[in-house]
Amino acid sequence: MSDQFKGIEPMVYNSKINVPYSWWAGDTATKFFITLRDEKKILGTKCNSCNKVFIPPRKVCPTCFTENAGWVSVSDEGTVLTFTVARFQFAAIPHDKKVPVIWGLIKLDGADTALLHYLGEVKPEDVTIGMRVKAVFSEARKGTIRDISHFKPVK
Amino acid sequence: MDRAAIIGVGMTKIEKAKVGETFADMAWEAVNKALADAGMNIDDIDNVVTTSSDFWDGRTISCMAVGDASGAAHKNVSCVEGDGTYGAFYGMTRSLSGSYKTTLITGHSKGSQSVSSLITNSAFDPIYERSLGMDMVTACAMQARSYMHRTKTTPEQLAMVSVKNHGNAMKNPLAQLPMKITMDDVLKSEMVADPLHKLDCSPVSDGCAAVIIAHESVAAKFKQKPVWIKGVSFCADSFFFGDRDLSRVRSLTEAAKKAYAMAGIKDPKKEIDVAELYDAFTYQELMWLEEMGLADEAAAGKLLEKGEYNIDGRLPVNASGGLLSGHPVIAAGLYSMAAVVRQIRGDAGGFQVKKAKTGLVHGVNGLSGQSHCVWILDKDK
Repeated sequence: MSDQFKGIEPMVYNSKINVPYSWWAGDTATKFFITLRDEKKILGTKCNSCNKVFIPPRKVCPTCFTENAGWVSVSDEGTVLTFTVARFQFAAIPHDKKVPVIWGLIKLDGADTALLHYLGEVKPEDVTIGMRVKAVFSEARKGTIRDISHFKPVK
Repeated sequence: MDRAAIIGVGMTKIEKAKVGETFADMAWEAVNKALADAGMNIDDIDNVVTTSSDFWDGRTISCMAVGDASGAAHKNVSCVEGDGTYGAFYGMTRSLSGSYKTTLITGHSKGSQSVSSLITNSAFDPIYERSLGMDMVTACAMQARSYMHRTKTTPEQLAMVSVKNHGNAMKNPLAQLPMKITMDDVLKSEMVADPLHKLDCSPVSDGCAAVIIAHESVAAKFKQKPVWIKGVSFCADSFFFGDRDLSRVRSLTEAAKKAYAMAGIKDPKKEIDVAELYDAFTYQELMWLEEMGLADEAAAGKLLEKGEYNIDGRLPVNASGGLLSGHPVIAAGLYSMAAVVRQIRGDAGGFQVKKAKTGLVHGVNGLSGQSHCVWILDKDK
């Protein structure tokens, strides 16, 4: 542009977007988390129209546009559909997790959709698509998705 | 149906950090370039659509902050949150609505000002997923693996996309990362999230692009050759990405089919001359090509090896250098659109392809390609 700004070092304003926020989990997720916390069971919702079982559970079937009517308890074992390994400590990674962090999409037996979660007790190079894994529940469960600590290979 | 045409485009250079310019400063530059390109002045613009993302901009109602610099004062100004191709879709419908004849569409982004991992992590469901700490890079890495597993596409083929697009960027003065690199450079660059190396990923970028879309009744009134919109469609897939088969992109296949049908295209492999696709990561260029029917199933990697997608190949893909060579999120799709417009007009400069009568533009919104927007542009009405 013009010469009028020549020799001027642009300034930087350091700040944050930092707004406290509460998410109402809603009836469906609340039931899922209470069951996970208290019974170490993984619940999905079922669509009575297409018979699909959804994990994580939600109120509406995305395909049929109808309300999911039933609850189904699915297995804590399943199959890895895909995965990745973070090699850098990306900013989004929780502080208690150190790279390499492995995430997988896990299709639990009895579910039609896959759950996103950590894979653990396995070396990154040993993870494969199609690998069978089993949920390891956290000792101290608080009613969050991390009440499942991770999924480990089924021996 | 009434017809619409793109009659002006303007872009800032894509840079790592535009420290000398605010969002509005970038918009001012892009808008004035688009007006000059069209041979219009701001009074010729009936209404404005800005495209931005509040999280990326670090403010709410981010669209309103660039209105003044976009000449929106006393005009109807509206906004779209998502890729620029979606803003352009809305802008086109306004030009066709009967209420307006000309629409100025802008898209801006400054990746340099935030922490992209935290911004894209916020796209995940806050109750079921967000606390697990994934972001766009790790989400797309999962999709890359899924696609490679199904199609047997190799890391070497992915690397070749990076080599080609960074090489193409050497002929595009607006690109951020023109580089002459080898397949080995890509494969030896740091592993970021398996199977993606650093050079499989697009950079953090700043930039703003503007396009002007006119109703057919005024499209020839100004100095620029109109580039006609022959077909356009967008489709979305499920939000939870565990619902989707990540190795497939149904929403893209659907969007492309609809856009081809609207444009009267029967054999896209033969009828499309040039394409700019959303290559935020190397695997995406190959995956999108197959899913939109421009390559046979699992064949894009092999066709790439044969040079089919080079600037002088059968179907030049991302001749501008693509997003791998500069990725201002949100603005990205408008840069792709502008590149194809310039190809069709014959003024793409160093990255001009030989034959460019019919072109395809593609934009993406959402994690791992949840939603896709496909445009068919043509020299002839």
